[in-house]
Amino acid sequence: MMDVLYFAWVRERIGVPKERIETAPATVMDLVNTLRAREDRYEAAFSDLSALRVAVDQELSDFDASLTGAREVAFFPPMTGG
Amino acid sequence: MDIRVQEAAFDLGTEANGFVARQSRMGAVVTFTGIVRDLDDTKLRAMQIEHYPGMTQKALEKIAQEARDRWNLGDVLIIHRYGKLTPDEVIMMVATAARHRADAFQAAEFLMDFLKSRAPFWKKEVTEAGADWVAARDADEDALTRW
Repeated sequence: MMDVLYFAWVRERIGVPKERIETAPATVMDLVNTLRAREDRYEAAFSDLSALRVAVDQELSDFDASLTGAREVAFFPPMTGG
Repeated sequence: MDIRVQEAAFDLGTEANGFVARQSRMGAVVTFTGIVRDLDDTKLRAMQIEHYPGMTQKALEKIAQEARDRWNLGDVLIIHRYGKLTPDEVIMMVATAARHRADAFQAAEFLMDFLKSRAPFWKKEVTEAGADWVAARDADEDALTRW
């Protein structure tokens, strides 16, 4: 069980800021594939992974990262702080 | 280190003076201020800044700590706002204190380069034509390679 968070246009495209998933994907990529298979809005959000960044447990990570023990995964576009 | 993520406006002069007053034996303080800039071709009504509450503070602390590890600094201040801002409003500031100016200048630039693309903030520009997310620029990502 983990929380999946979305920010900026990813949140808008998927339509929710946060959701809980009950499955246990092994990697970020497995999670992405699980979500993409759900509905078109997920497919639309994840169609170009080069336009996305991912954080696992609030640390920047990458799509190959393991999700063993992870409690929170967040997807968002490249950051625009400052 | 003094790192604040807040919705409220802050007074630049008060913060800069307070930061200077808290230093001892520091010969240089550098401050940088980011301001909401109006657009060239269309009127900006507002800038909406979203962030990742659980991660933002930690990410900023990590960037500030990295700066302290690299340069001989007295202290670091970062204030970054989120929420709805209008043109000419102050978005954020950084201040660095060091015994000599080179450390303070370089650390401030380093902080800004990493804040741009490693702190979880996203900006949305609201104009008469609609609202659009600000895209990250390749130049901002490239800027990290010089450090």
